[in-house]
Amino acid sequence: MVWEIAEGVQKAFQLIVSGDFAVIDATFRSLYISGTATLLAVSWSIPLGILIGSGNFRGKHLVKGFFNAMLGIPTVGLGLILYLFLSRAGPLGIFHLLYTPTAIILGQAILITPIAVTFTANAVESVEPEIKDLAKTLGASETEARLAVLREALPSTFLAVIASFNRAIAELGVAFMLGGSIPGLTRVLTTSIALETTRGNFEFGIALTMILLAIVFSLSFLVNLLKRK
Amino acid sequence: MNLLTLHNIEKRYGNKLALCNVNLEVKRGEILAVVGPNGAGKTTLLKIMALIEASSRGEMYYGDIKISKDKIEEFRRKFTMVFQKSVFFNTSVYENIAYGLKMRKLPKNEIKQRVQEALQLVKLEGYAKRQARKLSGGEQQRVSLARALALETELLLLDEPTANLDPKTVSIIEEAIADVNRRMKTTIVIATHNMFQAQNMTHRTALILNGKIVEIGKTKEIFTSSTRLQSFASLENVFSGNAEPRPDGTTIIDIGEGIKIQAAINTCGKVSVFVMPEDIILSKRPLISSARNVLKGTIIEISDFGSIVRLRVGVNGLSFVVQITKRSFLEMRLNLGSKVFLTFKASSVRLV
Repeated sequence: MVWEIAEGVQKAFQLIVSGDFAVIDATFRSLYISGTATLLAVSWSIPLGILIGSGNFRGKHLVKGFFNAMLGIPTVGLGLILYLFLSRAGPLGIFHLLYTPTAIILGQAILITPIAVTFTANAVESVEPEIKDLAKTLGASETEARLAVLREALPSTFLAVIASFNRAIAELGVAFMLGGSIPGLTRVLTTSIALETTRGNFEFGIALTMILLAIVFSLSFLVNLLKRK
Repeated sequence: MNLLTLHNIEKRYGNKLALCNVNLEVKRGEILAVVGPNGAGKTTLLKIMALIEASSRGEMYYGDIKISKDKIEEFRRKFTMVFQKSVFFNTSVYENIAYGLKMRKLPKNEIKQRVQEALQLVKLEGYAKRQARKLSGGEQQRVSLARALALETELLLLDEPTANLDPKTVSIIEEAIADVNRRMKTTIVIATHNMFQAQNMTHRTALILNGKIVEIGKTKEIFTSSTRLQSFASLENVFSGNAEPRPDGTTIIDIGEGIKIQAAINTCGKVSVFVMPEDIILSKRPLISSARNVLKGTIIEISDFGSIVRLRVGVNGLSFVVQITKRSFLEMRLNLGSKVFLTFKASSVRLV
């Protein structure tokens, strides 16, 4: 077994270094799909997070609790629900989105929304309340003072974006259920790893896993570096 | 000529009355001290004067002009406030000081020059590139002051600018304050419970107790003639809070910062109380005794008076002055930062 793994790692390196088409193809598709999903999710999650974090409305705890609970939603479960919506007989069937990259993008965007919202809300909440008074007494208008608070929350909000992207690129359930892992169309890193491993192509799976880990680790490393600054 | 006039100012938080019918005139070019115990309403008063908090009732005038709600942002730029607890944007010292100047749309080279001048005033030349939040407490307070001075506002409001600071930092801050008042004719209001500071730095003094200005006048006169100020000035450990009577005849007083003390007085409502430094027993472990009040704190200041030692002990956000003998001090191996317990009887808590 150890021998098989060692051999797999060696072949995996060859696949990466030689620029194997299937490996490169799945990698770039993963980056494209999860990147787009993150941008999409961020476009609504950050404003929503700011609203929840800075607002003081009735039911705030309920809303926060909802997003908190959604953090741990099983990807396969969400994939199944969205599958039923997007399948031909489903309410959104007329758009023919099932088994397209767009379907995965939408699915992942929904999946990571709770992370982005929760992290952003926490970032805004953790800014000292005195910052607003400070900005005002230094001459800021009400709007400028609010902006000052948001700027203080920016580094942590950036964390939210990275964490969301990492969850999107590393998930399997949504990509599998909505994309179907069609080569050259919807096959991404995680679905290829699962598929190739069941077929016995360990070296291929290992190569993709190494790439996936490299992406996730280097982003986490970058975040840690920024945090310390 | 008055720079700022407060007319019947009242401030409520829920149903708690923080300020009650405050009438106050701040004269152009003066240094006015606002003295009073913790929780008397000094900070609230300053925040209202700085126009960062709205009063619940009453009016304010800039000269003869009434400060109306729609003009607040315009008037706010004529004043600035330095908070007791330093607050910083998470960036460099330079950017912190430059913020207010940028809000005023000053040209870049003037901003640069003013930041440098302000840093010189507080003796922190060369600190511009440092991260503000990583400075020591004393340095932070000096940067806070520099940030306010750079704006060259007509009125400077300082909330306990030298509380809990070392003597060197205190003298730098006091010098800078006196300097801008002399050179720039900046009007200054200082909230303080440091009587020495009030007596030596200011032209006029207002005494505030339980949200009311009970006395105001020339500092020299008020310090020699006011019995209330004298009695307050000679007292340590003065706290204000809401008293709630208990069925057993004692009273629980909430003095803020989550601290409740029990007093053998039968009273209710807002009260000011004090505990004599020599009535407090200091120990390293909690004592089992008949005394009703036990608080846990940290030593934040030590002053040596020969055979006795006075310690300032921080308990949450408040501080208590405790007096012990030099011998106990040495035997207990106390130091700055030592964790200690303060114990005092309910009957040691007296009304001001």
